[in-house]
Amino acid sequence: MQLVLLVLSAILVNNFVLSRFLGICPFLGVSKKLSTALGMTAAVMFVMTLASTVCWLVFHGLLRPYGLEYLQTISFILIIAAMVQLVELALQKLSPGLYRSLGIYLPLITTNCAVLGCAVMNIMNESSLLVTAVFSLAAAVGFGLALVLFSGIREVLALADTPRSFRGTAIALLTAGTLSLSFMGFAGLVK
Amino acid sequence: MLVPTVVLSGIGLLSGLGLALAARAFAVETDPRQEKIAEALPGANCGGCGYAGCGDFAGAVVRGDAKPDDCPVCDQETRRLVASIVGLTVQDRAPQVALILCQGGDDVAAKKYRYNGLASCASAALLGGGDKLCGAGCLGLGDCQRACAFGAVEMTPSGVARIIPARCTACGQCVAACPKDLIKLVPAEATIHVLCSNHDRGPAAKKACTVACLGCKKCEKSFAEDPRIKVADFLAYIDYEHAPVDPALAALCPTGALVYRAAAAPAAERTSS
Repeated sequence: MQLVLLVLSAILVNNFVLSRFLGICPFLGVSKKLSTALGMTAAVMFVMTLASTVCWLVFHGLLRPYGLEYLQTISFILIIAAMVQLVELALQKLSPGLYRSLGIYLPLITTNCAVLGCAVMNIMNESSLLVTAVFSLAAAVGFGLALVLFSGIREVLALADTPRSFRGTAIALLTAGTLSLSFMGFAGLVK
Repeated sequence: MLVPTVVLSGIGLLSGLGLALAARAFAVETDPRQEKIAEALPGANCGGCGYAGCGDFAGAVVRGDAKPDDCPVCDQETRRLVASIVGLTVQDRAPQVALILCQGGDDVAAKKYRYNGLASCASAALLGGGDKLCGAGCLGLGDCQRACAFGAVEMTPSGVARIIPARCTACGQCVAACPKDLIKLVPAEATIHVLCSNHDRGPAAKKACTVACLGCKKCEKSFAEDPRIKVADFLAYIDYEHAPVDPALAALCPTGALVYRAAAAPAAERTSS
């Protein structure tokens, strides 16, 4: 039951993008088309879950026993970077089309604060390995949900008659804010 | 000091090894012709072909998505070389240069407000089309200059952009960068141009800029038949397929919108990249 509440919290109540405002870069950059957004979500889900789990293992297995907690940030970034490189290599081989359409945003997952944030959050909350894995997966699903919702809206918005000064990033930011506001309706659902 | 160094290096080394193995497992076969083409290309990475740099274009040529012709920066020899690598032939084409269709500097064009924002034409253009009274004029904030990978755009002292034909490779990046769509690619040998994009009627155009095209049709009427200059919607257009060449035409224009400029040197003699 705890796990279910945790999942709900990560996806809806404390959505990484819309409530915690992490990972805005791919949120705005990859959300112009639904297909690219879905591809990006898959990549982030893989990286987030695996990276958070490995980071947990490294922290509790290597850093803490030797009193090296201060190496947390740099070693997490190392691990995340390696994961992202792995995803890039795999995508280039398995789906060149998606690789090309994601473009620069694929290596940008490395610097995505959502991924590092998730890894650090798990350490801060002193979660167990199982909780870490579930939470990270749920967080990535939440990230994907926000991305998919937003790209769906943006695809239709691109065809609307937006006032000249609002076209492009301006209306995208306004929409993102409104979407974030609407997600605040979930506040208090899970304590 | 030793332990953290070892730990961090250890993580780095392990990740590196893992990635090296993965690179082997996920290796993608690249056509050797792609590298040959990429070497032959000018390497300016200007994006004029529409691809993300020369490497990407080389890949597209090998795949067959792009023609060797699509690189506007290559000279004849290079295009023939690229074509021969993939077993195609190219045709000679007339060299082009970019041209900015506006002369409205601060000395001749009026402004409707004082702009105090980001030094970018795209930014200024968002505010009611820019600070010029002429809705179509050059805003002079340098977006085209920044887009040019060859240094072929200069800003004149009066605040309009001007192309340096000797350095222009007609890659088209400035054309895309201009938010007012003022820049066009014209044949390098053309000498008569209408440097205005204003569609306002005579009095309004004159009020906005003293060198604007009024649409008075004096140039159009100077050709009895086979008009090489057409006036549409109060703006004169040169038909570059049959471009006029007589320098005396420029004297006809009452405002000076129609100008005579010496032809740019053809691409083969121009030093590019």
